[in-house]
Amino acid sequence: MSSLSATIQDVFNEPGCNKNANKSEAERRKGCTKQLQPGGAAGGCAFDGAKIALQPLTDVAHLVHGPIACEGNSWDNRGAMSSGSNIWRTGFTTDLNETDVVFGGEKRLYKAVREIVEKYDPPAVFVYQTCVPAMIGDDINAVCKAASAKFGKPVIPINSPGFVGPKNLGNKLAGEALLEHVIGTQEPDYTTPYDLNIIGEYNLSGELWQVKPLLDELGIRIFSSISGDGRYREVAYSHRARAAMMVCSKAMINVARKMEERYGIPFFEGSFYGIEDSSDSLREIARLLIARGAPDELMARTEAVIAREEAKAWAAIAAYKPRFKGKKVLLITGGVKSWSVVAALQEAGLELVGTSVKKSTREDKERIKEIMGQDAHMIDDMTPREMYKMLKDARADIMLSGGRSQFIALKASMPWLDINQERHHAYMGYVGMVKLVEEIAKALFNPVWEQVRKPAPWQGASATWQTTAIAQMEAEAAALAADPELAEKARRAKRICQCKPVDLGTIEDAIRAENLSTVGAVRQRTHASGGCGACSIRIEEILAAEFPAVALLQAAE
Amino acid sequence: MAKVTISKKACAVNPLKMSQPIGGALAFMGLRGAMPLLHGSQGCTSFGLVLFVRHFKEAIPLQTTAMSEVATVLGGYENVEQAVLNIISRTKPEIIGICSTGVTETKGDDVEGYIRLIRQKHPHLAKFPLVYVSTPDFKDAFQDGWGKTVAKMVEALIDAPKTAARRDPTRVNVLPGCHLTPGDIDELRTIIEDFGLEPAFLPDLAGSLDGHIPDEFTPTTIGGIGVEEVATMGSAGWTIAIGAQMRAAAEAMTQKTGVPSRVFERLCGLEPNDQFITFLSEISGRPAPLKYRRQRGQLVDAMLDAHFHIGGRKLAIGAEPDLLYDLSSALHEMGAHVSVAVTTTQSPVLQHVATDEVLIGDLEDLETLAKARGCDLMVTHSHGRQAAERLAIPFYRAGIPMFDRLGAGHQLSVGYRGTRDFIFKIANLIIADHEEHREPTPDTWRPESAVALAH
Repeated sequence: MSSLSATIQDVFNEPGCNKNANKSEAERRKGCTKQLQPGGAAGGCAFDGAKIALQPLTDVAHLVHGPIACEGNSWDNRGAMSSGSNIWRTGFTTDLNETDVVFGGEKRLYKAVREIVEKYDPPAVFVYQTCVPAMIGDDINAVCKAASAKFGKPVIPINSPGFVGPKNLGNKLAGEALLEHVIGTQEPDYTTPYDLNIIGEYNLSGELWQVKPLLDELGIRIFSSISGDGRYREVAYSHRARAAMMVCSKAMINVARKMEERYGIPFFEGSFYGIEDSSDSLREIARLLIARGAPDELMARTEAVIAREEAKAWAAIAAYKPRFKGKKVLLITGGVKSWSVVAALQEAGLELVGTSVKKSTREDKERIKEIMGQDAHMIDDMTPREMYKMLKDARADIMLSGGRSQFIALKASMPWLDINQERHHAYMGYVGMVKLVEEIAKALFNPVWEQVRKPAPWQGASATWQTTAIAQMEAEAAALAADPELAEKARRAKRICQCKPVDLGTIEDAIRAENLSTVGAVRQRTHASGGCGACSIRIEEILAAEFPAVALLQAAE
Repeated sequence: MAKVTISKKACAVNPLKMSQPIGGALAFMGLRGAMPLLHGSQGCTSFGLVLFVRHFKEAIPLQTTAMSEVATVLGGYENVEQAVLNIISRTKPEIIGICSTGVTETKGDDVEGYIRLIRQKHPHLAKFPLVYVSTPDFKDAFQDGWGKTVAKMVEALIDAPKTAARRDPTRVNVLPGCHLTPGDIDELRTIIEDFGLEPAFLPDLAGSLDGHIPDEFTPTTIGGIGVEEVATMGSAGWTIAIGAQMRAAAEAMTQKTGVPSRVFERLCGLEPNDQFITFLSEISGRPAPLKYRRQRGQLVDAMLDAHFHIGGRKLAIGAEPDLLYDLSSALHEMGAHVSVAVTTTQSPVLQHVATDEVLIGDLEDLETLAKARGCDLMVTHSHGRQAAERLAIPFYRAGIPMFDRLGAGHQLSVGYRGTRDFIFKIANLIIADHEEHREPTPDTWRPESAVALAH
């Protein structure tokens, strides 16, 4: 087993990852690669994931070893921001040609590192392996080692060629590279009891700077940021921090957990999206730092800042209440941002449709996230026609979702706001949430919607594509209503699992034929929920419908 | 006559070049109901997808065979087969266009063979349009991928006419290079139609990526030329190819169908458009419509007004060969000096660029040379933004990608009118730069040694 496949296995066994822990032994061995569906896949490769995770390190030269596609088609396309060096935005690639493919690209790679060191003199060079040189057997570890020795500068191999799996695997492989080659290799000039690592935050649109002033005010030092607006040296000495916050995603859970294991740095998983989440995170940071030796008074100061910022933010948001009266939002997003955004939207007087949301327990929050995650997943497959109908049926005035549904929503002439990765606005912390509400107001009350929904002068009001689409769908629905056989077929054809396309009929048949009673059993039999796992909740509902008694029993427990 | 040199660096810095497969994929996007499919790992597709989404601000149909490490080593037949079956069941396309990538070419997958096997195994696909082009990432560049793909479409999709007599002299095939925007294509359509001719564009990005609201939404392309229309291109009277990259496709067309063809290497500038209009007049037998006589006058007047500003400018241009040749020539004819020319790949037009040397290189080369030679105008795609900012010179965005400004699909440079607009835009950039940064001060003309004394 090569060292790369060993690393991948190690990443798959990550105990900190819930999704992974839920998988069966056999599924885990297959890893994330099983998820990719030829002709039905979307999303980046492992190389993309590694670059996303590390490129925000601003003073590092990121050198891509591969043919032109890997860097030439993608460079300088991320929204991370830097307060210092701009070398991270410079595209470096060996641009392998046919001769390199035949004779090997190691010499070219070595020379490329030398050129970078001579011309740009960065504190470190990261070398990203891609599919073609991995196939022809270029040993980037050896080249990096030789170059490091020769040029007296860290040259770090990032072994994450695209074909080993999807983006999220690449995030973790990037983390492994930091753990193996960077973290713990340098010592800081000085330390304080207020030193905090922030892990897995990329400073997209400069959003980290919406929170940093509060940390500065509290005297909490961002000791090392992995990787948003980070510096190489900071990462190298990050093992001397007192505590760590793992922001938002599980993308770098392996880094946080292994740093706890190796260096005794406790971490928590938190978010700065949303007002309550921001306050929770600030409290948690203070608590961890105090536990590691910071003075107790930090907590009182933190609470004072929280109280002040919350009051300010709620007051700013409350100002929108009269304008938002009666306005409805359809919020569709996966992941951690969902819940935190919900509270702020409700406070602004917006009504959420499409998802039943009640403020209550932590489990409820989890459940809401799951439901929204599943909805977000389904929307990728929707046509504008269906999306228009959904917005119309839900009577929503605006949709908030991830970037992929952007053009479908816009072409359906619906106000739309991007709340995921590619957004242009920063929505972190207290000020960020106020900004979000402000953006919603801008989108909702723009007179452009009235304009773009008008039929063309040569079209009757009844001949817009919207009315045609609704008529078509109503006709289809009527046809189904008239024909029970067809209706049953359509009901059974409803896709439940989006990752591995599995429809309702297949799941029902499997449950009945083999008396399945758990999501795990359904997964084993049909592969449904074996991908991202977001549809587990739907499968539970199907099981409940098939076995009302079992559901009752479970509920009783 | 320009000499073409190739950069000797081991490390490309700030790439100008993009890869062949996505050039091929974009060509397929000019067909109606198309789903381009890259045979490679899923990143090959997602990078291309993001690039085009950011350029066109549109949903982009582009799929992947999602090759894993194991599949790559064992060969990708199953992935290609599954991808084709999945795409057909999920998106009901009219055509699937397959491009290879670096990873599958390194292994040497025989995709033509795979397609034959798929057709055998699945008889309902025996006649389904599946077009394959070999486009390894480690050779050539974006415009080569586009050119090869259109040539392949000609070979695979056009029926050879049975008799030459059935040709329709009013029908004209147009093979546009990838340097033309959807807006350029629409402009050409109007011009050709104004001569009473019926143009058919292969590929027709103006139908699919011009940013319109379609009547029917599909996950495939929402417009473009239909496969059935492509099939009949053999009975047209003429084929017009635009850009040297389309010469191979034009020759393939003539060879297969006997339709005579003419290549126009440029369509930006006064003289190339005089030639174009003369040609249309000849083949249609109609005099140039009044509209174009007026447009020509407007262009001449624009050239007179703008030459004050463009004349003497030192241009640094980075673009693919056909775009480079077209725009640099137009600016040269306005009195600009083509001081630095950097391009991505070999082409016969490069030697005609009005400069001493054309370098096959990257944007670092463009920036370094522009600085050394004191250039004061930069033309390249959006990735030139960092260099232009550092050099503090006016910057005109041209080519793909143009992700940091709106309207990439409608930027016009062909025809009398397109040339006029192009010249105005360049001149206005220069004027604005002068107003913002170069107004004279009391010290402007003072020798540097005297500046310190004066203060």
